Order: sequence, then C-alpha cells, then structure tokens
Amino acid sequence: MFDDSKVIAGLEIGTSKICVVVGQQGPDGAPNIIGIGQFRSRGVRKGEIVNPEQVEEDLRSALFEAEQMADVEIRSVYLGVTGGHVRGFNNRGLHTVVSADREITEDDIQDVIKNAKAINLPADNSVIHAVRQHFFVDGQDGVTNPAGMLGQRLEVEMHVIHGQVNRLQNAIRLVRGTQIEVDEIVFNGVASSLAVLTGDQKEMGALVIDIGGGTTEFVVYSDGAIRHTGVLAVGGDHVSNDLAYGLKVPLSRAEKLKLEHGAASVDPAAKNRTITITNELGLALNSVNAEHLQRIMSLRLEEIFQLIAGELEQAGLVNYLRAGVFLCGGTSRVPGIVALAENVFQMNVVPGKASAIGGLTSALDQPEFATAIGLVKYGSLKQRQRVKRPPIVSADFFKGMFNRFTQRP
Amino acid sequence: METPNLNELAETATSSAPAVKIFGVGNAGAELLDALATSEFAAAAFAVVNTDTAALAAASAPVKIQLENKLLRGLGSGGDPDRCRALAEEQFSTLKSACAGADVVLLVAGLGGGAGSGISPVLARAAREAGALVLAFVSLPFECEGNRREQQAQTALDQLKGAADGVICLPNQKIFKLIDENTSVVDTFRFTGNFLVEGIRGVWQLIARPGLIQVHFADLCTLLRDGHTESAFAFVEASGPARSREVVEKILAHPLFEEGRVLMESDAVLVSLKSGRDLTMAEVNRVMEKINRQCGRAKIIMGASVDPEFKNRLCVTVIAAKGHGSAQSGTVRTETGTTATASASRRSVALEPAGRKRAVIKKPVQGQLPLNIIAKSRFDKSEPTLHRGEDLDVPTFIRRGLALN
Repeated sequence: MFDDSKVIAGLEIGTSKICVVVGQQGPDGAPNIIGIGQFRSRGVRKGEIVNPEQVEEDLRSALFEAEQMADVEIRSVYLGVTGGHVRGFNNRGLHTVVSADREITEDDIQDVIKNAKAINLPADNSVIHAVRQHFFVDGQDGVTNPAGMLGQRLEVEMHVIHGQVNRLQNAIRLVRGTQIEVDEIVFNGVASSLAVLTGDQKEMGALVIDIGGGTTEFVVYSDGAIRHTGVLAVGGDHVSNDLAYGLKVPLSRAEKLKLEHGAASVDPAAKNRTITITNELGLALNSVNAEHLQRIMSLRLEEIFQLIAGELEQAGLVNYLRAGVFLCGGTSRVPGIVALAENVFQMNVVPGKASAIGGLTSALDQPEFATAIGLVKYGSLKQRQRVKRPPIVSADFFKGMFNRFTQRP
Repeated sequence: METPNLNELAETATSSAPAVKIFGVGNAGAELLDALATSEFAAAAFAVVNTDTAALAAASAPVKIQLENKLLRGLGSGGDPDRCRALAEEQFSTLKSACAGADVVLLVAGLGGGAGSGISPVLARAAREAGALVLAFVSLPFECEGNRREQQAQTALDQLKGAADGVICLPNQKIFKLIDENTSVVDTFRFTGNFLVEGIRGVWQLIARPGLIQVHFADLCTLLRDGHTESAFAFVEASGPARSREVVEKILAHPLFEEGRVLMESDAVLVSLKSGRDLTMAEVNRVMEKINRQCGRAKIIMGASVDPEFKNRLCVTVIAAKGHGSAQSGTVRTETGTTATASASRRSVALEPAGRKRAVIKKPVQGQLPLNIIAKSRFDKSEPTLHRGEDLDVPTFIRRGLALN
C-alpha cells in the first residue's frame, strides 16, 4: 500500500516505555505520523539497558503494535539513545584556506568540520552528534555558509555530543538482534527538541527539557543551533521511589499515587488531607498524607530544574532563552509543573507539543511521545538531505533547519 | 610541680567575652600550644601540663603544671597512661584550681603516649567541675606507631568523650595520604599538628570574635557531644570577586571531605566564616546554601565574623562530625542571623592564609545502616547518579533534611 522506502520509524527504548512511531514522507517532504506502538519497559534503568532479554521481548511487542497500526513493515529505525554517560560540549576547529584565489570551497568546509571533530575524547567514548553552530571567516563572526566567500582563516564552532561506545552499542546490537536495521542513533534530547521547537523558536533561543522515566535530557538552542546539551540520570522513577520511601508504601502503589494525586507544588488544600489507600476489593489498607506526597514530589522536581538552571547559568546561557522553556516527557504531565518551572527559571514555560509534524493529532499532544516523534522528524530531514544533497550545495540545503546544524561523524 | 600564678590565670577572665584557657597536655600538646601562641590567641590563657621536666622547661606557655612524684624523677611517664592518670587524680585539686575562672577550656593533646592519654580525661573532668565547658582537640597516633599506642589512644578517647563536652579528633593516619613521600618525619608531625591548630583557630574565631552571626559555644558542644566517631575539618580561603564560589569548591574538592561525601554523611557540621568589612550577605548566603545542600541531614551551626585585616579575603572553617549510626533525620538548624542581616550585609568574610582543610577522623565503627539503602531501593544496584558529591538517587527530601511526621 505504501512505498516502504518512504517509511521512517523512530524507536525510543525508554525507562518506563518502549515507543515506536512510524511516519511517512509526504509529497511535500514533511513527515506524517501513521502509526504508534508502545509497550511498558522492564529491562531499562536510568535510560540504559540492564536486562537485554526483557528489553528485546518488550521491543518486539511495541514494534508489532506499530506495524499493525501503520500497516507497514518496519525494516529500519532511528534509535534514540540517552543515559548519564552522554555529554555535550562546544569545540572550535580551524582550517587555513590554501587555494590561490582564497575562495572557500565545500572541501574547505568539510576540512574545518573534520578538524573541529578531532578532539580528545576519553578512549572509550565516541561522538553521537557533531553539530555546527556557525563559522568564522578571518575572525568575522556569525557566518552560516562560508562557501563562495573569500577568506584565509576558516573556523567553525561545533557542539559535540558523545557517549560511551559500549553502552551505545548495547542498544544498537539489541535492535539489530530483532532483524531491524539501525539507520542512525540520535540523542533523545535532540530528538525531543526537533519535535517540540519550530524554526523561529530555535532562532530566538529556547530550552527543551524532556523529563522521562529514568533520565532528564535538556537541550539549549540559540541562533538556530544547539548550544548546550546535558543529561541528568534522574526522572519520574526517582519521584516514585522518593514517594515509596517517604510514604512507606510499595513502589507500585507509589507509582499509582503519583499518577492520581501527584502535584508539583504543595496545594494549601492538601494540608492535613489524607488519601486512603484501598485494595482491589475496596477495603481501606492505610492512608497517606496528601501534603507529604506533594512536598516530596515538589522537592524532587524542583531539584531537577535547579540543577539544570545551575548548569545553564554556569554556561552563561540564561539570557539567550527568549522563546522560553519547553517541557516534554511523561513527567511533564504532573499538574503544576509549569508553574514550578517558571518559578525556578524565572521565564516563560510552555508544555511542549510536537507541533512541527503532521499526522495523528492525538499522538502529537502527548508529551511522552515527543522523543519518538522527533526521531521520525530527524529521519525525514536526513532522508530529504540525502535526496536533495549531492555534493553541490543547493539553496534548499540552507532552508532546511536541520541541514544547517546537523552533521554526523 | 605546680604553678605559681594560678590566680593570675583566673583573673584574665573578662566579663564580656568568655574566658578561654587552652591547655596543652603532654609533649605533643605542648608543641601544639607553642604553635598556637600567636597574637591571634592573645585573649586566651595558655597552660601546659606534663610529666617530663625537660620538655616542660622548653615549653613557652606562661603557666606550667608539672605532675610528678618521686617515682618519675622528672623523666616523664615512660608512655604509661595509667601512671599518669593516677598522678593526675592525685593532683586533681591542682588541676581544678588551674581551670578556675575559665568559661571555656580547650584541651590540646596527642593521644597514644603517657601524659596525653592519661592526664587529658582527668583534666577534662577537673575543668568541668571547675565550671567550664570543655572541648578537646586530640590527634590519634599513626598506625606505624604500634598497636599499644593505638589501644591507649582509643581508651583515652573513650574516657575523654565521657569527660569533655566535645571532642574533635584527628587520626594522623588520615593525613598520611595528603603528604608526599619525601616529607621528613619532623615535617609530618608539624603538618598534622598544623591541622589541629587550624581547627582550634576555627573554633576560636567562633568564640573569641562574637561577630555578626554568633555561635554559642554550648551549641558547638551539643553538636559534638553525641558520641560521634569521626570528624573531618577543612580550612580554606579565597580572595577576589568569586571568592564565595571558590571557597565552596575548595571545600568540596578537599581530599579529606572525599568530594563532599563526608559532609553528606555527617550528623553535625560547623561552619565558621571570617572576612573583612566587605563581606556581603549574598556571599554568606551562597556559601551556606551550597553547604546546606551538601550536608543532607546534618545539623548545621554557622558563625561569621569580621576582621578588618581580612580585606578582600574570605576564609571558612568547616568541621564535620559523623555519628556512629545515629540516623536522626535531624532538623537543619542554620543560625543565619535575622538580626545580623542589615548590618551584616556590608561585611565580608576574610580568609586566613589557607587553602588547606583538614579532616579528623576517628575509626568508623559501623557501616551504612540498612535504612539508607532502602532510600534508593530501586536504584541500589545501578550506578549511582553523582552530582557534585550528592547521590541524586537518594530522595531529595532526605538530603535536604525535611522531616515528615
């Protein structure tokens, strides 16, 4: 029914769920979401696989569901990766233009990018993304496309995201074990930001925080390019664990309490209110204090935001976020989290929606699908790039946001 | 065999500031006392107690108390604490009268030998009976000094804990890893001695410079008294515009604090800031906020003082004491002065010539309680999420010391 070559699948192996989103390249090149499959995840902690067998089983279920819904066969996926080992930093590369007429050619650009990537990573680390921010030609700042310009000294600012090879390979091997190819791996934070942000917002400067089950990724855009990325291996799981410990209830019960009664700030009405826990027959087992529940949650969530705010402050990026802060990920469903984040960041905070893509609208509104949707978007941009980008740089190359800043090693 | 001018000592007590007497006990104590005898401690009265005539004669303290009987012939106790204890008991009234008039007695000794181990507990008891608060700063011997000294030191430490209001103890062995291999023996002892001296200086600042944010000595003793088994201390200083951040970084980076883990596990933390008049409240706040966050469930006592000479410098002394498994989820008590806000906001904390911190650690007796393991149950098998010394897997409300009831 569909031409399979135009099917793009994004796979996120998350801590709480495994999610597959299937998109189809539309006639205008923009992807449409045609199917979603998800299954609860059991073999993942803090975004990293700890039990491959269980993950494989869950992955098959999720893939099956997505294939059923989209009525296509998934042959390859764009795989999202995350974990506490993933780091990002900025680096600058330098290249001297040697040609006689001093015109900067595409080769020079490739060379300078190669130089910027030649960095001292720890031995067991490899680059996931190297994103170019902007060029300097003879010290002139803010050049986005130096091809054809005259100059001697070409420099480029890159943002490099890297992680431990073995941990990244674990996920890739697992997916390949199910007879599915991995087109590319993509850092989850980058994927989420692609789904949530529009080009304008990237231009203005924005922070995307994806609070998932086991990890929290954050990505800062400014002037259309990625400036900063980071991962905290803290997420919704930690909230549940705090509750289980603080309220002295089992973890599964804590999870339920979080979903039913959770809030990101302490509601004055919750003072001295108790929540009665009943078993499946409706008999009261015990009760917990609603105020404690909310206080424990708000402290944890506030801490996550504070850690991020602290890191951005250190990087000096706070003043560049004119479009504000965008929240996604399952934990961003906690009531009141927007107000809490506004309080910490002192700026406009918006619950992120996967607005930059079309298709099943019900899926686009779900914050927890942002990463997987972003993976499809990444894939579609990559494929367009592949079709449209022979060695010669066309004008379209620069129209596509993506091409401007993404480079794979 | 006893001192001529005890009365003089008693009279040095002034009415406003607490009268402080610093006693050095044994050879090590006397040496430390010499190191302390600087202008900074001018307001304190010094006294040295020893059994060895020759060592006593060499000491520079104005008051010398020699405990002796014919058996010793002025040659010292030969490292026998029991003999010294008996001697001290015999001369209990002398010791007691030497302590008369003091509000605070600081006792400095090296445990493990005869005089230090034998006399210190008795002296502490005498001082308490004389109506003073007693805080002891002691060092424990290096492991290579043999197990006899170690046992003697441990026994004396236990007795001292019973007798004194607070004990801050520095096992020399802990310092071992901080000195490089080529350090001479003399320098090593001077180095460990310096650590104790810096700790005393930090406490001294608290008592002697009733500054902006006061700490009562009794508070300090309450903190230290509850049978803690280890303490660590650090003395750091920084200058320049970023000094408050630098100070915190230095504290967290200090080897004796093990990247802040010691702070996290401690039950009581004392922070003393000192700076010139340019100390701002924001700086105090920044330092305390970081330390507070780092400390988890510890009780915190903080004090700040101003010394015009410390212009542009900020120095912070941190003493962290760890209990042996008293898993109290203590309330965080920070005495940030509400009274001091306006006037204090313009002052700075000066630093002393530092950049060093020290840790005093007594033998940990017991490992982590099962209670702490439950806190991260879901994550206890996974790699800990460490962020600046904090284990983020531990619930936030526990690290911040929130009491749920």
